[in-house]
Amino acid sequence: MLGKTSPTTTAEPADTLRRRWRLGEKLIESWIFLAGILTIVVLLGIIALLLKEGLPAFWYTPPWEFLFGTKWYPVSEPPTFGILPFFVATFWVTLVATAISVPIGVACAAYLAEVAPAKVRETVKPIVEILAGIPSVVMGFIGLMFLSPLVQSAFNLNTGLCGLTAGIMLSLMSLPIIISVSEDALRAVPYDFREASYALGATKWETIRHVCIPGALSGITAAVMLGVGRAIGETMTVLMVAGGALAVPVAPTDPMMPMTAAIASGIGNAVRGGLQYQALFAIGLILFILTLAVNLIADRVLERQKRKFAR
Amino acid sequence: MRKRKKLLIILPVVAVVALIVTIITLSGGGGSSIKIIGSNTVTPLSSVWAEEFMKTHPGVSIAVSGPGSGVGIAALINGTTDICQASRKIKQTEIDQAEANGVEPYEIQVATDALSVVVHPSNPVSELTIVQLSAIYTGEITNWNEVGGNDAEIVAIARDTNSGTHVFFKEHVVQMQGLPTEDKSLEYGGGVLMLPSTEEGVSQVASNPNAIFYPGLGYVTEEVKPLAIKQTADSTGVLPSVQTALDGTYPIARPLLFYTNGEPTGVIKDFIDYCLSSEGQEKVIEVGYVPLQ
Repeated sequence: MLGKTSPTTTAEPADTLRRRWRLGEKLIESWIFLAGILTIVVLLGIIALLLKEGLPAFWYTPPWEFLFGTKWYPVSEPPTFGILPFFVATFWVTLVATAISVPIGVACAAYLAEVAPAKVRETVKPIVEILAGIPSVVMGFIGLMFLSPLVQSAFNLNTGLCGLTAGIMLSLMSLPIIISVSEDALRAVPYDFREASYALGATKWETIRHVCIPGALSGITAAVMLGVGRAIGETMTVLMVAGGALAVPVAPTDPMMPMTAAIASGIGNAVRGGLQYQALFAIGLILFILTLAVNLIADRVLERQKRKFAR
Repeated sequence: MRKRKKLLIILPVVAVVALIVTIITLSGGGGSSIKIIGSNTVTPLSSVWAEEFMKTHPGVSIAVSGPGSGVGIAALINGTTDICQASRKIKQTEIDQAEANGVEPYEIQVATDALSVVVHPSNPVSELTIVQLSAIYTGEITNWNEVGGNDAEIVAIARDTNSGTHVFFKEHVVQMQGLPTEDKSLEYGGGVLMLPSTEEGVSQVASNPNAIFYPGLGYVTEEVKPLAIKQTADSTGVLPSVQTALDGTYPIARPLLFYTNGEPTGVIKDFIDYCLSSEGQEKVIEVGYVPLQ
């Protein structure tokens, strides 16, 4: 009895400590769990809201007419809702943004990952990431004040507010994503590959061109998709510089109104539950499906890249 | 390490102070607050009134924001604003929606605006008829030489659908309301640029020799040239001004309105009374709009 009490008295504080620790552990665990669940709940909530508010728009305008109609007159009597101009505008703006940001972004990533000395890389990468932090309204302002007159005179246009200007600004905004994700992908290519290439007598350029970039291709693809997703979803900049014309744009140099800008420029005016409100939510729904698809593809491809070099 | 500890002490203190300050400001510190949302056109005027009123009534805080008349009316219907400022009259459908929400829109005209049509100072065109303006904005006329100007493509700029000016201009100019040529089926053409603010439109016109835009009189600056408007081809052109809007000769003058939920009471009534007083109406001229008398 006596021999048994002395160990318990010394063990008791440790025991409560352990119990308390466990309690703390439990608390933190459930807190993290809740935080994890929260994002899923929010996502499901947003999907439910988009469906609830957006789908009724298709009772008024059949989906076919909604998607391929070329007239958008939400404040007329009776209103007409056709989003083809917005859809094509989003396509043009994204195309321009991608065409500019991908070559520059991948080249910059290749430089940072393969050529630049460590010191340069460590200074340039954070700077690139700062570019991602510039608020979109500032980008819009720069586009409005500096880029649009330049584009206007360079292409001899009637107005500098057009899809091209918006696309160039968007390319600046998706560059950081493309650079940083492709650089990670390039650096994930095992060093042995490069050594093998050099051993076969390849130059640095040949190694980058035929070994590193093909090896990291799925990661670079994912980077491009993420950049595209950013360009599709960006609102403020395109609202300010894309021009906002309602015709179906036939060239990127036309003024145009991408889907995000259409939502932003109409939602304040829409009365909750009204036809215009529902139509704007329907555009939101389509936009959501688009970016979701792009992100899912990016995710898939990134996963494949990870599996390829899993060690 | 010591630095981090200090930070750990400072942070909660800052947080608590911030919280207290927020609570005090939210409760108004014993004063009251008025929220004004709506027309981009009326914003410069309301801001001046709000500033002056807050000077003489230190306990009151007034917040003005101008995303567009439609936004203001939607906010009035949804009960999220005290005063809705508008550059167009509320529509019957909107009144019905408001009443369904238990809101009773009460209209007060606070000033008048001569809706100006402006071009670049280098543009040789100095007057247009309503019919020509309508044709420009529907996309029927696309070159300045069709209205007596240079051989250059017209860049027609409008406000977006949030704007009361967008709706007013569509009804009174594009659809030519009140003229024999009135046609309710006319709409803005596909090539018209819809911009999110009046400032952006004016600055575009100031930098583009072929652009045309319609700001409120208060937004007309030295950098743009207002056009004389002719009601019909044989009437004389009238430039937008306080004078021509007051005597009714300017064809596209319009009321600037406040809407409240029911007849205003308390501090909101005091504010609106100030706006309508001779002192308040003097500010209307200073800002560049047209007073009631």
